[in-house]
Amino acid sequence: MSTATIDQAHAGHSTHDEPTGLWSWITTVDHKRIAIMYFITATFFFFVGGVEALIIRMQLWNPEQSLISPELYNQLFTMHGTTMVFLVAMPMAVAFFNYVVPLQIGARDVAFPRLNALSYWIFLFGGIYINLGWFIGQAPHASWVGYSTLTSSAYSPGLNTDFWFIGLSIIGIASIAGGVNFITTIVNMRAPGMKMMRMPLFTWMTFVTSFLLITAIPVIAVALIFLGFDRTFGSVFFEPAMGGDPVLWQHLFWIFGHPEVYILILPAFGVISDVIPTFSRKPLFGYPIVVYAGILIGFIGWGVWSHHMFTVGLGPIADSFFVAATMIIAIPTGVKIFNWIATMWGGSVQFTTAMLFSVGLLAVFTVGGLSGIMHASAPVNLQQHDSYFVVAHFHYVIVGGAMMGLWAGLYYWFPKVTGKFLDETLGKWHFWTTMVGFNLTFFPMHFSGLFGMPRRIYTYSAELNVDLYNQLSTVGAFIFGISALIMAWNIYRSARRGAPAGPNPWNAATLEWSIPSPPHHYNFPEIPVVRSREPLWNAGEREEVLAVTMPDPAEEPVMPVPSYWPILLAFAITLAWALVMTGIWWVIVLGIVPVFFCVLMWAFEPAFPEGH
Amino acid sequence: MRVLPNWKSGVRPRVGAPLRALLPILLLALATGCGVEYPQSTIDPRSDFAEIIHGLYVSIFWWTMLILAVVWIALSWTLVKFRARPDDPKPKQIRGHLGLEIGWTVGPALIVVAIAIPTIQAVFATQRPLEGDPIVVEVTGHRFWWEFHYPEQGVTTANELWLPVDRPVSLRLGSVDVIHSFWVPLLGGKRDVNPVRAVREGQDPRYNWLYFTPNEPGLYMGQCAEFCGESHAFMSMRVNVVTEGDFDAWVAGWFDSSGAAIPGDPGVIEGADPEAGTAVGPRDDEVESGMATAQAGDAADDDLVATGRDIFLNQAACGACHAITGTAAQGDIGPNLTLFGLRTSLAAGIMENTPENLAAWIIDPERFKPGVNMPGTGYNMESRIVAGSPFFWPATGLDDEQVRAVSAYLLSLR
Repeated sequence: MSTATIDQAHAGHSTHDEPTGLWSWITTVDHKRIAIMYFITATFFFFVGGVEALIIRMQLWNPEQSLISPELYNQLFTMHGTTMVFLVAMPMAVAFFNYVVPLQIGARDVAFPRLNALSYWIFLFGGIYINLGWFIGQAPHASWVGYSTLTSSAYSPGLNTDFWFIGLSIIGIASIAGGVNFITTIVNMRAPGMKMMRMPLFTWMTFVTSFLLITAIPVIAVALIFLGFDRTFGSVFFEPAMGGDPVLWQHLFWIFGHPEVYILILPAFGVISDVIPTFSRKPLFGYPIVVYAGILIGFIGWGVWSHHMFTVGLGPIADSFFVAATMIIAIPTGVKIFNWIATMWGGSVQFTTAMLFSVGLLAVFTVGGLSGIMHASAPVNLQQHDSYFVVAHFHYVIVGGAMMGLWAGLYYWFPKVTGKFLDETLGKWHFWTTMVGFNLTFFPMHFSGLFGMPRRIYTYSAELNVDLYNQLSTVGAFIFGISALIMAWNIYRSARRGAPAGPNPWNAATLEWSIPSPPHHYNFPEIPVVRSREPLWNAGEREEVLAVTMPDPAEEPVMPVPSYWPILLAFAITLAWALVMTGIWWVIVLGIVPVFFCVLMWAFEPAFPEGH
Repeated sequence: MRVLPNWKSGVRPRVGAPLRALLPILLLALATGCGVEYPQSTIDPRSDFAEIIHGLYVSIFWWTMLILAVVWIALSWTLVKFRARPDDPKPKQIRGHLGLEIGWTVGPALIVVAIAIPTIQAVFATQRPLEGDPIVVEVTGHRFWWEFHYPEQGVTTANELWLPVDRPVSLRLGSVDVIHSFWVPLLGGKRDVNPVRAVREGQDPRYNWLYFTPNEPGLYMGQCAEFCGESHAFMSMRVNVVTEGDFDAWVAGWFDSSGAAIPGDPGVIEGADPEAGTAVGPRDDEVESGMATAQAGDAADDDLVATGRDIFLNQAACGACHAITGTAAQGDIGPNLTLFGLRTSLAAGIMENTPENLAAWIIDPERFKPGVNMPGTGYNMESRIVAGSPFFWPATGLDDEQVRAVSAYLLSLR
């Protein structure tokens, strides 16, 4: 059977077998719906964080300007960073994990569907909670790294920091649960024949990222709980007057924080490792090397945290160790870049929007990687640390790397999710406005930093002569904002009126393209057998796979039943954490009761319909 | 509203030394036109420490440019050469090449080694005290100002650090509240000013140190580089690098202008000696700046100064927080104001030290520096709790004329 006939056979594919309506979304345990909710929520927060950034940029338009108050400015940059890392980049990657990984490995859902729903609801409530401070004028204000002792009750007496540490603690639960879920899914639920070294790169990078999640998030959880005890119960973990150590916070934060950087970037690497071969019509060059480089980055990522702390005064021996480790981690990253270029070499490169974003990532992420090598050199770091040079660097890495990769993924997988293409013309507008806006915003920051403008300052002296660079950045930021609006409009419009896409519109190689677009809620009527890394590119294998994945089954597979316990438990957990703010021990203890109740009800609820 | 200190009165940065900064400077010249001054530039070194860093930066800069060129050229070439054409056959399905993989692992690894070796040498070289007879200064970070104590000289000043040129410096860094970071880019890299942890009896508290030798006289700008709260942006400083002779004269003036310190006896010391001020004036061009007006010593001004001194010491009790050597004012909560009239800037480097600015500051410090502990003249602003301490500072209640007198008194201290 050819692709064309399959497309026709399923052109009228309906989703009548799926429940609709708000309640069905609230109680869903379907990984695809959870993915869509993750994506929409993360995109919403992307606009929230973006507006915060634009206000920051307006305040920095002129030197010695006072458009807003310093306190509000501090809240804005704190929440911009917190939002973009925890509520945008991470959950948007998780949206892709959710949608794509089960489809790529030939699974009908993740290993723990209700836990998956719980992760989403906790993320949503945590994200709302951490933003509640805005409504009483007490949003978090001690920067996204929350360095002690600025977060102590002496220097942050309001509720600002309470919203921050409680909100992040809540969101962390979602990440840990998600990590456990994806490791279990990938280890246990691969289709027959899909050995580890046959997995698509995106699944591989999800796997590595999940290990980072379950190992890194607990460290910040510990730090946040220490902070919570210091603030709420008067312990002295970070209190220097009592022998506590503020530098301990920095170690804990960055032991989490550096793996976190790889949590953000590895999913993007995974996306483009799937996109580039598809649009080059060639398999990934050096597959095992790219996989091992990803794993290596994950491991070494644990040994570089103190390169965020070269100014702290850890001594020359510690500094030298972290210089060496940090420089070593550049090697596997470079290897990946060369392998991607080699994948395109000799190929037939199609410049779809997804491909443009992937190529764009290679071009601009490299800039971020190289400025990273500059401040990996500890003495140079003493000049660049906490200056706008570093602001430029990490935006090149996180926006130019992580976000560009995720936008590549958006254009790549949108047809699978909706059965419709994202408009390519708008897509190209989105790409080019992003490139112009992004580079115009962040490239001049290299200069404002080199000329001595520290980061996290409300305003700067006219004497510094950095106003021109700041104005370029502000103009760039607004162009970047326009690119985000184009993206949102494209998603909205294409979801309703996009050109129809068949099961495999890009002629891609991996399993998710073997099923209809959008997929049935059970994904695969029958689980295919995999014999290679590119099952849909190998003539014989392709026919075998499609023969079991395309036809409608006589009897639909049994899927987990919807449940409202995930959302209730998520709410109970959020409430329990929120009550910590009262500082009254028996209220806090009482707050745990609904959590136990929900866990109990959940435990006794059957996961599958009766009789299965 | 705020008037910033006039950088032009200090030494100009050497924009004309582009060879050392190479491409960054060229790029910047293209972007901005030549002749622009960057008083906080990280690529314009004026100390041995800053020069080591800059040399390292320039060499790494060129290595990264090489890598960037390789990646961008390879990428663009590939994209152009292998762009899809309508009649493309299925590309050859190549899965890898061991030789290439080894090549692009080993190549970057060698570059990394080439960068890491001088880096680690510099790490050790910059973190030990310098040879010679270093002058020690104990730097204390406060929200939001700097305290500089010279244990050897017995001098405690604030926000403007005086250093003799070509003599090694050892800065001992400690904070009384949150983490700050000492950064004067032309003189070298930053180092965090960490809160000093309480230790058991017999143990020494741990401090960070910065070691450098300024090699050119001048007035250098710096500021706190670690976010320290609401007015972090308003925590600047100046470093006044002067000749050995000027430095010694400044130290001598610290005691001469006000005599020996006699705590608890405000009456002993006469106010200002204009001669002393002129004697240690660091630069001729400084005379042109606003403070010069305060020292035109006619009788009316002397009266004003005497009134101001009385208000400062008695009525407004400024001495509860501030110290002036040789007077009863011995507070150690706020900046030490001895020789205040010599300072070029005010309120931790955020405005020029003129009578007008000083009066505006005394009337309402909160307006210039939100979160500051110093009370204004009235309750028109929120009284702030001194961090970690339970009591509020009352407003001083001074009227404009009294404020003018206090300003005159402070500016006469030179």
